[in-house]
Amino acid sequence: MSMTREATEALIQEVLEVYPESAKKDRAKHLAVNDQTVEQSKKCITSNRKSLPGVMTIRGCAYAGSKGVVWGPIKDMVHVSHGPVGCGQYSRAGRRNYYVGTTGINTFGTMNFTSDFQEKDIVFGGDKKLAKIVTEIEALFPLSKGITVQSECPIGLIGDDIEAVSKKSAKEIGKPVVPVRCEGFRGVSQSLGHHIANDAIRDWVLGNRDKDSSFAATPYDVTIIGDYNIGGDAWASRTLIEDMGLRVIAQWSGDGTLAEIENTPKAKLNLIHCYRSMNYISRHMEEKYGIPWLEYNFFGPTKIAESLRRIAGFFDETIQANAERVIEKYQAGYEAVIAKYRPRLQGKRVMLYVGGLRPRHVIGAYEDLGMEVVGTGYEFGHNDDYDRTIKEMGESTLIYDDVTGYEFEEFVKRVKPDLIGSGIKEKYIFQKMGIPFRQMHSWDYSGPYHGYDGFAIFARDMDMTLNNPCWRNVQAPWLKGREAAESAAAGN
Amino acid sequence: MPNVMIRVKDDGGLLFYIAKKDQEEEIASVERDSDAEWGGEIELTDGSRYYIDPISPKPAFPTTLRFKRA
Ligand code: SF4
Repeated sequence: MSMTREATEALIQEVLEVYPESAKKDRAKHLAVNDQTVEQSKKCITSNRKSLPGVMTIRGCAYAGSKGVVWGPIKDMVHVSHGPVGCGQYSRAGRRNYYVGTTGINTFGTMNFTSDFQEKDIVFGGDKKLAKIVTEIEALFPLSKGITVQSECPIGLIGDDIEAVSKKSAKEIGKPVVPVRCEGFRGVSQSLGHHIANDAIRDWVLGNRDKDSSFAATPYDVTIIGDYNIGGDAWASRTLIEDMGLRVIAQWSGDGTLAEIENTPKAKLNLIHCYRSMNYISRHMEEKYGIPWLEYNFFGPTKIAESLRRIAGFFDETIQANAERVIEKYQAGYEAVIAKYRPRLQGKRVMLYVGGLRPRHVIGAYEDLGMEVVGTGYEFGHNDDYDRTIKEMGESTLIYDDVTGYEFEEFVKRVKPDLIGSGIKEKYIFQKMGIPFRQMHSWDYSGPYHGYDGFAIFARDMDMTLNNPCWRNVQAPWLKGREAAESAAAGN
Repeated sequence: MPNVMIRVKDDGGLLFYIAKKDQEEEIASVERDSDAEWGGEIELTDGSRYYIDPISPKPAFPTTLRFKRA
């Protein structure tokens, strides 16, 4: 049963009721009832603003956006968390960006490198320490292809000159050393960290091979941009694109290497999955190298087929025919998946609250399984994300930006979804409320969810969670009777 | 005086992207738009207006230009 526009609006008003006047005014701008006729989301929802002091927000910091998302997965570089040890250690390897390689020898993805700032580094500055660290890394890990310096909050506060150190150290070791000014206090969320990281790639890496023509390009070279290979996502996407007869020359940045990033300007088309975190660099490459970019969506067979056809549209008829062949090849497979799971999931209602691209990209996959997304929102989306979301979401569904812990809980209590997809911080609250929950940032230790192969896993996981018998046993037995009696007494 | 990247949309329209602010808006009208010159007063679909001295000949998009608030 879906809610009417009036009911959803009333729900928002009711939830806002507890806030003080000014907070209410601010939060009201971030909550909206979806109206598919609206062209520009900024008319109905405000986003990318500072979170309200005092509320529980789910956002991360700029350092998380740069080190954790964009740079971190580049596997053959050493990413130094420059500053105190905690920022890197508590986020170490949490995103499950899979990669191939021998960790500690030629790849470094799951390791934590930090300059471990102490009081004296804050007082006297950490530049000398940084230079020493670079020399040390080169001695200990000679197969690393480069180093990035991921600034944590104190670096900007004490005014260290990491650019100067990086330039000097790069000469010393003969490899790129990239300073990234992604101190956590910059901007309102991890989103600015993505932007800063993109700019650092643009300024320090992307042009490195502009004069080098040793790379043998073909007319079918494409790149996968904004796929972090969570649980193997990029691999499941890559096989489809290669099946079409295209050649993937770079993965940004899941299972990616420095050389791939440097060779990206030689591509014919940039395929961009996570628009939010990597549109900046795609725009730059379009301007500087004339490489067009295309947003695609590899969640669920409907969107995959749509995307494959659009990608093929950029190439000749052979590729277009290949795209049809690929879709046909997987047809029996995904139809079987739908036949198996759709009856078990039909009509179930889902609420999402994630980041990046998922609040809109996974809607199609749920719909393929007969499910309905009744609420969605972004941690750190911008207006352009919401522009793209309005059309994907059903009429009069709930949209919430930078939702607070309190609001999310209240919405869930009232909307009563059958499944929630959000992050680890939300997981246990909702599980304790007895609502099936999937962690949709790193796929709850599962995946991949991209591509046809991923869809089968996605469907299985949703069924496994939703139809798990444990949910019937969450409520204490002596409370079960009481609730039934109460609702009988209330006459419903 | 924001730096703005102008790029062509799939449907041929022009997009006005202010990188610094991460803002993207479609251009509703350009005062002078011919092969010989491009620029003058520019209005976006949200009603805001910007100005650039006309450039001749018309530049190839995408490109980054400096605009004044009009
Ligand atoms: S906000 Fe600053 S101190 Fe906190 S995790 Fe981010 S970089 Fe580290």
